[in-house]
Amino acid sequence: MGRFIKSNGMHRTLEGWPLVFTVLTTLSILVGGLVEFLPLVLVNNSVDRIETVEPWTPLELEGRDIYIAEGCNTCHSQQVRPFRHEIERYGQNGGGYSKAGETVYERPFLWGSKRTGPDLAREGLLRPQALWHVRHMEDPRSTSKGSIMPPYPHLLEKKIDFDGLTAKLRTLKRLGTPYAEETIENAATIARTQAKAIATEVEEQGGPTDLEDKKIMALVAYLQSLGTDVAAASDAGPSDAGPSDAGSAESDVTADASK
Amino acid sequence: MAQASTASAPTDMRSAGRERSNIDIFTYDEKIVRYFVYATVLWGFIGMAVGALIALQLPWPAANLGEYLSFGRLRPVHTNAVIFAFAGNSIFAAIYYSTQRLCKARMFSDWMSKFHFWGWQAIIVSAAITLPLGYTTSKEYAELEWPIDIAIAVVWIVFAINFFGTLYKRREKHLYVALWFYIATIVTVAVLHVGNSLALPASMLKSYPIYAGVQDALVQWWYGHNAVAFFLTTPFLGLMYYFMPKAAERPVFSYRLSIVHFWSLVFIYIWAGPHHLQYTSLPEWAGTLGMLFSVMLWMPSWGGMINGLFTLRGAWHKLRDSVVLKMFVIGITFYGMSTFEGPLLSIKSVNALSHYTDWTIGHVHSGALGWNGFMTFGMIYWLLPRLWRTELWSQKLANAHFWTGTIGILLYVLAMYNSGITQGLMWRAFDEAGNLMYPEFIETVVQVIPMYWVRLIGGLLYLGGVVMMMANMYMTIRSAPDELPDPAFAAPRQPMNYGHGDGSGDGTSEQAPEPAPARARTASESDPVPTEADDTPATKKASLPGSRKAEGPGTKKAEGPGPKKAEGPGTKKAQLPGSKKAKGPDASDDADDDDNEDDAS
Ligand code: HEM
Ligand code: HEM
Repeated sequence: MGRFIKSNGMHRTLEGWPLVFTVLTTLSILVGGLVEFLPLVLVNNSVDRIETVEPWTPLELEGRDIYIAEGCNTCHSQQVRPFRHEIERYGQNGGGYSKAGETVYERPFLWGSKRTGPDLAREGLLRPQALWHVRHMEDPRSTSKGSIMPPYPHLLEKKIDFDGLTAKLRTLKRLGTPYAEETIENAATIARTQAKAIATEVEEQGGPTDLEDKKIMALVAYLQSLGTDVAAASDAGPSDAGPSDAGSAESDVTADASK
Repeated sequence: MAQASTASAPTDMRSAGRERSNIDIFTYDEKIVRYFVYATVLWGFIGMAVGALIALQLPWPAANLGEYLSFGRLRPVHTNAVIFAFAGNSIFAAIYYSTQRLCKARMFSDWMSKFHFWGWQAIIVSAAITLPLGYTTSKEYAELEWPIDIAIAVVWIVFAINFFGTLYKRREKHLYVALWFYIATIVTVAVLHVGNSLALPASMLKSYPIYAGVQDALVQWWYGHNAVAFFLTTPFLGLMYYFMPKAAERPVFSYRLSIVHFWSLVFIYIWAGPHHLQYTSLPEWAGTLGMLFSVMLWMPSWGGMINGLFTLRGAWHKLRDSVVLKMFVIGITFYGMSTFEGPLLSIKSVNALSHYTDWTIGHVHSGALGWNGFMTFGMIYWLLPRLWRTELWSQKLANAHFWTGTIGILLYVLAMYNSGITQGLMWRAFDEAGNLMYPEFIETVVQVIPMYWVRLIGGLLYLGGVVMMMANMYMTIRSAPDELPDPAFAAPRQPMNYGHGDGSGDGTSEQAPEPAPARARTASESDPVPTEADDTPATKKASLPGSRKAEGPGTKKAEGPGPKKAEGPGTKKAQLPGSKKAKGPDASDDADDDDNEDDAS
């Protein structure tokens, strides 16, 4: 070591060889990333599947892309950590904490880094009502007094780009999301049908009419879907414990509760 | 405008060059540095003004100005503008200024420098347009959609060629520590950007990443954390290593420490990414690994801080009169604080409280405002009189900037610690019956709103400081001479082409002449780390007739390595630097000199 770093040592020599220096630097920065990434690629795919988790419907996918475009993820996380207080707050109605298996179709993942507003990973279980979301998006303070969320009235005015959906689904299919060719071909029609159903629901609940081709329908469809597939899994299975990492998570819960 | 005068400087020097055939005369491209400085200040103002706007939108939602200017769309505008436009242009200014001097060579290609500059600004403008329109990937600090990502890759590659080309034609054998950090920056940012941006387009402005779920999260934070490391840390350490000793007129504290902390920093940083994903669905081992390496990172980070601060050893009194040094000292201190705080935040039990809260925001801005901001301001105050060859318009105003900025940071950061810890505690609080104490999330929001106002005041003070700097800069530049020719320099012609010798591995033959220049350095500086590679006094003299200067740095060394090495593999290499430089204004001189050199050897 001393020989290496003394003032006329080996490092001095290295400083005269930019190419070698650059190669060594590159190697040092590659190690950590590879060690952490490779196991995930090799192992992850097989272990954590949850049977009930399915790709989004075309309309939900569109809603998710609107969520991204509006930057909802800059204020809302989608990741319930395995703490008692988080499960209590967000994991009611069978949602529990977030598991790896529910994110397999998330491109990109939307876990977020900041909770200026509440977590939304289980929103579909906590607030299933369509009209509430329509009102809330149009004017957040009309449903939640004191909220600091921006209003999104334009979502009730602008139309969904139904025709772009086929290309989106096809791209996702290429990346591995198992969409049936039929769904891809008829994406627009499928989405219109679902939007119409939600629009009817809103009307029945006493809300505004004529929303069936508006962006808000896609967003509501997405929000309503959040968490439902996981809850379905816990209905089906004997417990709502996560698949592989249940043990460690449980201990986190108790550790947290004892604080 | 500089054209005419650039030509005249070398004319003066030509005679000098003829007399001493083993002296090389060349110029540094300062225009490009001035451009990057302009861009830094302009984008800094814009990015922070957007920061102030989003800081206002949080406590007062009426400030969300319609679809395109709402918080969710502007937040990435803020982060991209301050990171890639403000900090980015700042490090480019630092790199273009110092690399030329540390290599004693003009940038490899003026054309590439310009392409880099304008390409980068075009990318920023396209970001400022597409993000408010809602075209975003949602991945933090990598929000730009795929066509812009490709443009970034192209510009970065041109930058890399330009930089490594300059290393190749350098006239100084050894790479000074600042250059190591630049190398790490350029290589790693390229790897990170490509690795994280891989996506399949669905349309012109929409794409889906090739990674999904947990993998996507891991790759994103491998990128995200190392964007902090290799965009906001390593290049700024390079900046520190160059400008701090210059401003303090002292050599760097410890050469050995530079070596140890450089290699440990670049190796360890990459591992730390998963600390952004503690307690998520990422496998636990990854989070643990991220935590361990983050804690280890504390040491090399403080190595950098110590090397920076202790450069002032025995010269602390200089702080009183130098706003540059004051800025640097505060900047480095905040670096030390945020790199202490960072490892703390990565510890699982702390992260359980801090994650998702304003504590993270406080941490970010102590690094960003303190370290990146103040290092940049210090550099700009140092560069202004040198690049524009005049006095700084007002020291008083610069001092006012220093104080307003410092108070601004403190208000910002303390407000965020306060609100962050409040949020964290309220979220997890249970009452005696075992129910959540604050089951309505909104209660925890309302609670921290006063802190959001304090943060806004802090941000506005900080921004006010930037406006003072802009005014100072404007007035300073007004008093600059009309023409700012690139300064000409002289250096002993190097019979060895260092760039070429690279991989050859014939360490022995290169080592022989080595002690000579090293000793010359130690003699003058009493420290093995060279700080004299660029001669400040010479820069100042640049506007004077060139002939005098040629004797300055040139003669001293000409005796050193020059004659001794001439026997070596001289002939082969002497042609290289010459022919490449043929584009420069001093082409003919060089050609002459090269011939002479060949004859001599
Ligand atoms: C006038 C100065 C500034 C103000 C008022 C300001 C304000 C803000 C605000 C309000 C946020 C959003 C926080 C949230 O979501 O709760 C933010 C985020 C951020 N700002 Fe600034 N900012 C300023 C300067 C800077 C500078 C100079 C940098 C970097 C060089 C920077 C980097 C960031 C980053 C990286 C984030 C995202 C943090 C995260 O995702 O955790 N800011 N800023
Ligand atoms: C030893 C050095 C450092 C370590 C170990 C470290 C660690 C961390 C940790 C643990 C987080 C919180 C992650 C979370 O809970 O979401 C974080 C966030 C962050 N840090 Fe650091 N930090 C370090 C230095 C710095 C410096 C010097 C800067 C700025 C110049 C910086 C900028 C950021 C940013 C921008 C984020 C927010 C990322 C996001 O959530 O969007 N960090 N850092």
